[in-house]
Amino acid sequence: MVTVNYVSPDGTSRQLTAEPNVSVMEAAVRNGLTGIVAECGGSLACATCHVYVDESWLLRTGRAEDCDDDLEDQMLEGTSEERRETSRLSCQLVLTEELDGLTVHLPESQI
Amino acid sequence: MSDDILIVGASQAGVQLAASLRDLGHTAPITLVGAERHLPYQRPPLSKGFLTGAASAESLALRTRDYYHEQQIDLVLGERVTGIDVDGGRATTDAGREIRASRVALATGSRPRRLVVPGSELTGVLYLRDLDDAAAVCAALHTATSVVIIGGGYIGLEAASVAAASGVRTTLVEAAGRLIERVAAPVLSSFFLHLHQGRGVDVRLSRFVTHMDGHDGAVTTVHLDNGEAVAADLVLIGIGVTPRTELAEAMGLQVQGGIVVDRQGRTSDSRVVAAGDCTLLPHPLQPDVMVRLESVQNAVEQAKVAAAALLGRDDVYDTVPWFWSDQGEVKLQIAGISAGYDAVVVRGDPGTRKFSVLYYRQGRLIAADSVNAPADYLAVRRSLTARATMEPGDVADPAVPLKSLLPT
Repeated sequence: MVTVNYVSPDGTSRQLTAEPNVSVMEAAVRNGLTGIVAECGGSLACATCHVYVDESWLLRTGRAEDCDDDLEDQMLEGTSEERRETSRLSCQLVLTEELDGLTVHLPESQI
Repeated sequence: MSDDILIVGASQAGVQLAASLRDLGHTAPITLVGAERHLPYQRPPLSKGFLTGAASAESLALRTRDYYHEQQIDLVLGERVTGIDVDGGRATTDAGREIRASRVALATGSRPRRLVVPGSELTGVLYLRDLDDAAAVCAALHTATSVVIIGGGYIGLEAASVAAASGVRTTLVEAAGRLIERVAAPVLSSFFLHLHQGRGVDVRLSRFVTHMDGHDGAVTTVHLDNGEAVAADLVLIGIGVTPRTELAEAMGLQVQGGIVVDRQGRTSDSRVVAAGDCTLLPHPLQPDVMVRLESVQNAVEQAKVAAAALLGRDDVYDTVPWFWSDQGEVKLQIAGISAGYDAVVVRGDPGTRKFSVLYYRQGRLIAADSVNAPADYLAVRRSLTARATMEPGDVADPAVPLKSLLPT
């Protein structure tokens, strides 16, 4: 199992565990965490699963602009929440043992 | 009166209703009943990633089993609610179970419209609505040599994408003169026609099926109205859906081709709400027009306000409807509802497979279809959310980001 920490804008955090190969979005939604909406279920269609990866994890998760498929990058450019270097769509962050303990910060709103 | 709430339909809307009731602080019992045996799941991938094999059945679950337990949502699967007596505060299922229900949420969804022609009951003639349907289509695609898809809407086109990619000979039959005629401008219909033809799909427009022939009970041939016979060992029918309104009708609720609800998701009985495909609702951005919407976004947003209404709140559904369709490497994203448009602006060149169609009515932006152009889609969605517009003369140049036209 892999553990992920989700930190809300008010500073409260929730820790969830998931099987490897589940995305950071799926782990959140299936357990009823409300700060990630993910209406499209991970199809890169809605941009409502935006998170900021904690700086200390960025090397391991990689940045959106470095992904082969530039859809995620384009989607993040279009959201109303501030795009940062650490911005990712959490449906594209697939959990591996290497990401055990990952911390992500939730934006104020989705889209 | 007890506070027990019954949710009929363990669907996207049903699960959201239950989740929202708990999020809003409702602590009394919630029973969520679903006719299927599967843990409640997402439907959109059934005609997309699930058909290609990219998504497994397990990966479609909306919530974990533990979630329902932790939230004390009593999940009853594999049973169908057959009668509801709100006055008496109880409902019954086809398994004879009695459920306490002083308030009710209907999330009964829709069923595929059936094609009734001679031969349409043959083996190999399939529909695509639920997980079992999709598993059957997926299995049939593995052995099929020749597929006929009836219906050139989104389900038909998504299925055609999967079938053609798997190397099966694929024919798509559409009765109208162009694809997705009901929901899109001709420029988009024409784009999808060329896209699918380029992938080897034989598209027959303005044609309908007169009958089907079979051998040993299994379909072999589809006959068209021009006398042509098309070989087929798999026929997939995607000609729209019909809302499931039988329970609502039996309860005496107002039904007009959908369970009639207001902007808060309330039916004609204040103790009963409804959400999702089964409803006829006020257009979220133009509430004097009644519409039916078949989408995840609609199911979720309606469920949220309906849950609030059950708890005596007055939340209104006024968020921007949106939709998406994946057809191979082509991603279509739709913001708003284009019905009633009187002008369109095409932004970008459809030949590049990256463009948007912006729909206007009386000079105001009402919707956009974006093909592989997510930034356009998001900008229009945000513009509609802000109840703003974009001047038709400003949007045609793809070098100008639509985001720059948003109100600040």
